[in-house]
Amino acid sequence: MTTTSPTTPELSPPSRQTYLDAGYTVRSWLLTKDHKRIAILYLISITLFFFVGGAAAVLFRLDLMTPEGDLVRSETYNKLFTVHGIVMIFFFLIPSIPAVMGNFILPMMIGAPDLAFPKLNLLSWYLFMTGGIFAVAAIVLGGVDTGWTFYTPYSSTYSNTNVMLTAVGAFIAGFSSILTGLNFIVTTHTMRCPGMYWSRLPLFVWSMYATAIVMVLGTPVLAMALLLVAVERGFRIGIFDPALGGDPILFQHLFWFYSHPAVYIMVLPAFGVMSELVPAFSRKRIFGYNFIAYSSLAIAVLGFLVWGHHMFVSGQSVYAGAVFSMLSFMIAVPSAIKVFNWTATLYKGHISYDTPMLFALGFIGLFTVGGLTGLFLATLAVNVHVHDTYFVVAHFHYIMVGGAVMAYMGGLHYWWPKMTGRMYAEGWARLSALIIFLGFNLTFFPQFILGYQGMPRRYHFYVPEFQVLNVMSSAGASILGIGYLIPLVYLLWSLRYGPVASANPWGATGLEWQTPSPPPTENFLETPVVTADPYDYPSETYAEPEPGASSPGPRADLAGV
Amino acid sequence: MDQDFRLWPRQASELAPRVDAIYIALLLMALVMTVLIFFFVIYFSIKYRRGSKADRRLSQGSYLPLELTWSIVPLIVGMVFFVWGAKTYFDQVIAPARAIDVYVVARQWMWKLQHSDGTREINALHVPAGYPVKLTMISEDVIHSFFVPDFRTKQDVLPGRYTTAWFEAKEPGEYHLFCAEYCGTDHSLMRGKVVVLEPADYQAWLQGGTPEPKSRGEALFRRYRCYTCHSGESKVRAPLLEGVFGRTVALADGGSAKVDEGYVRESILRPKAKVVAGYEPIMPSFEGQLSEEDIVDLIQYIQSLSAPAQTP
Repeated sequence: MTTTSPTTPELSPPSRQTYLDAGYTVRSWLLTKDHKRIAILYLISITLFFFVGGAAAVLFRLDLMTPEGDLVRSETYNKLFTVHGIVMIFFFLIPSIPAVMGNFILPMMIGAPDLAFPKLNLLSWYLFMTGGIFAVAAIVLGGVDTGWTFYTPYSSTYSNTNVMLTAVGAFIAGFSSILTGLNFIVTTHTMRCPGMYWSRLPLFVWSMYATAIVMVLGTPVLAMALLLVAVERGFRIGIFDPALGGDPILFQHLFWFYSHPAVYIMVLPAFGVMSELVPAFSRKRIFGYNFIAYSSLAIAVLGFLVWGHHMFVSGQSVYAGAVFSMLSFMIAVPSAIKVFNWTATLYKGHISYDTPMLFALGFIGLFTVGGLTGLFLATLAVNVHVHDTYFVVAHFHYIMVGGAVMAYMGGLHYWWPKMTGRMYAEGWARLSALIIFLGFNLTFFPQFILGYQGMPRRYHFYVPEFQVLNVMSSAGASILGIGYLIPLVYLLWSLRYGPVASANPWGATGLEWQTPSPPPTENFLETPVVTADPYDYPSETYAEPEPGASSPGPRADLAGV
Repeated sequence: MDQDFRLWPRQASELAPRVDAIYIALLLMALVMTVLIFFFVIYFSIKYRRGSKADRRLSQGSYLPLELTWSIVPLIVGMVFFVWGAKTYFDQVIAPARAIDVYVVARQWMWKLQHSDGTREINALHVPAGYPVKLTMISEDVIHSFFVPDFRTKQDVLPGRYTTAWFEAKEPGEYHLFCAEYCGTDHSLMRGKVVVLEPADYQAWLQGGTPEPKSRGEALFRRYRCYTCHSGESKVRAPLLEGVFGRTVALADGGSAKVDEGYVRESILRPKAKVVAGYEPIMPSFEGQLSEEDIVDLIQYIQSLSAPAQTP
C-alpha cells in the first residue's frame, strides 16, 4: 500500500489526483486492479444487461396486451421471458449492488486501500463478461426457451434451443460471484482500519458480508446442477430424465438450493443500502443496529433452509412441504425486523426528501407488500392455488424490482457524487423516482389479482377474461420503462455538466465521505482511525451543513495520530 | 364458462371456500401491516421533515422491549397461518377413500383422461357433482401441472412417477383446466375444461361414451402373455393378481410395499426392483413395449380383479 506524503488536514480544495486520473487509456481500465475502476466496469456492463433484459420485458408485455398474442410467435415469446429472467437475474440483479457498490464502497467504508485480492477482483469481472458473452451468443444464435429455471427434463432432453451455451454462461458467471464473495469475506476480516471493530462496521458491510457467505456457499451448487444438465444433454447420461433412469425432482432441489439463497443475494445488499440511506437522510443514528446486523446473518443462514417452498406441488413429500412452510414463515421475521427498524429510524429524525431517500421510502413500501405476499406463498393451502401463477410473478417482482432495484437506484444516486465527483439534476431524479414507483405498482399490482384468478405464468395465449388486468400491467410496464430511461439520460449528462460534488454532499457519516470525491487511487491520503460508533449523527441539535463542509461528528481523525 | 371480467375465481369445489378463508385472513393481516407501516413512514416523514419544529429529544438508538415485541408477534402470527395452511393442505392432497378414480396422462401439449370404466377423453374431463374425484397422473415427456383455478387445486404431473390430486366439484358447470408448469412451445395452449355434470347426467354421459370396460387392460394382459405366470393354472410361480391391489405385501429383501398404482407400474417396467417374498425374480421388463396409457389400462384391469368397480 502506498500513501502520498502527508497533506494538510483540510479536504477542500480536494486533491485533483483522483482514481479517474490514474490513466486515461482503455488499457488502463481493462487491466486495472483498482476496486473503484472495476466497480465502474461492472456498472457499465450491468447497465447494458439491464436494458437488454428490460427490452425483452417491454416486448412481451406489449405482446400480452391481447389474449391471442399478436406480436410474436409462441417460440419467440418463450425465448423473450427466458432472456428476461436469465439476464436480469444472473447478469444484473446478482452482481448489481455487490459488484458495483460493494466493490466501490466496501473498502472505503472500512478504511481499506483496496480489496484483499485486487487481481481476483479483476478476474471476477472478466469471468462475468465471459459468461455474459456466452449468454448473449445464445440469444443471438437463436435464443433459449427453458425459462431461467431450466427445469428438467425439458431443458436436458426436449428443448431444441441453445441450452448448453446459456448454461455455460451462467456457470462461468457463477465463478465471478464466488470470487466477489470470497474477496468481501477476506477483506472484511483482514483489512479494517484501526478502530473499525465489528461492532462499528457500517450495516452495508454487514449485509455484504452475509451476502458473500451465501455467494460462496450457494453458487457452486448451481454450477453443479447446470453441469449435470449439460452432461445429461450432451452425453445422454440419465440424471434427471426418467426415460434415462433419472429423477426430475432432483434438479429442482439442486436448483432451488442455490436459487432461493440467490434471492437473498439480491435483496440482502438492498437491505444494506437501505441501512445507509435511512440514517443518512434522517440524520439520526439507525434504530436497532445489532438487530439489523444479526438479522442479515440469520437471513443468510435460514435462506439455505427454505428451498423446498418452491416445490409444494412438485410431488415432494407433503411432510417436507410442511417443514419448508414453517421455515419460510421463520425467515420472514428477520426481514420484518429490518422494515420496522428503518421505520423507527425515521422517528425523531431530520428527514430530507433527496432522491436517494425517495427511493428508500419507495423501497419500504414496495418491500413490505412483497414480503407480506411472501407469507401468502409460504402458506401451504394458498400456495397450492397460486403457485406458478402471476401471483408469484408479482410477489417476486415486488421483492426484486420493488426491493433490490429500488435500493440499487437509491444507492446509485447516493454514491454517484462519490463515484464521479458530480451531482445529477435533482429535479429530474425526483421525478424519475416517482415515475418508477407509480409505474411499478401499476405494472405488478394487477398481477396479484390476475394470479389469484388463476392465470398461469409463462402463458403466451390466455383466456379472454384475463385481458383487462393484462392491459393495465402492460400500460404500467411502459411507464416503468420511461422511469428507468430518465436516469440514464441525466446521470450521463451529469458526468460532463453536473455541478462538482463536495467530499460529503449529504452531510453523512461514514469513512467513504471522509475522502475527496472522487477518491484518490489509494482511497485515503492517510490511514483513517475510527473513534466513534457508526451513524454517529449529533442528537438533539442539528444545523444545516454548509455545502462542501466535512461531515459533523468526529468520525475519523484525518490529521493522523 | 362465462367470459366476464372477475376479481375472484369461482368457489367451485368443496375446498375452495376453506382456501379462500385463509387467503382472506392473510389479506386482512397484510392490509393491517401495510396500513401501519405506510402510516408511520408517511407520518414520520412529514412530522420530522428537515427544518420542522417537532420535538426530537429523548430519541433512542435501540429499545429492547419494542424490538422483541415486533420480532415475536410476527413469528406467532406466522405460526398460526402455518398451522392453518398445513391442516388445510393435508386435506387438499390426501384423497378420501370413496373417491372416483380418474387417470391422467399428460404430454406436450394435451391432457388425456381415462375414467374407471375405460372411457377416454382428451382436454376435457367430465365428472359428477358432489363426488370426490381422485386423479392419478403421469406425464409422457416433461413436467406438466394439472391446475383448475376454480377448484383451488394444482399438482405437478411428472414423467416416470405417479402423482395424485383430488377435488370434489360442487356445482355443474364448465371450469378451466390449465397446465401450470412450463412445458415448452405451446405450454399456454395446453388447456382444457372440466365439465361438472349432475350425477345422473354423468351416468348418461358415460353410457354415451365408448366404454370398453376393462377390455383393453385384459387384452393387453393376454397379448403380452402375463397370464402364463400370473394365473392359477400356470407352471411358473408368480403372485396371483386377484385381490392383491391395495394390499401390503412382504418383499424378498425383507421390506414391504403397498400394491398401488406406482408399485404395479414399477413392477411392469422394473420387475426386479421390488420382488414379492417367496418368488424368484424371473419376470422380464416390459419397458419400451407399453405406452403410459397401456400401463394405465393394465392397472385398471388388475384393480378390477381386486375390487368392485366404483360407480357413483
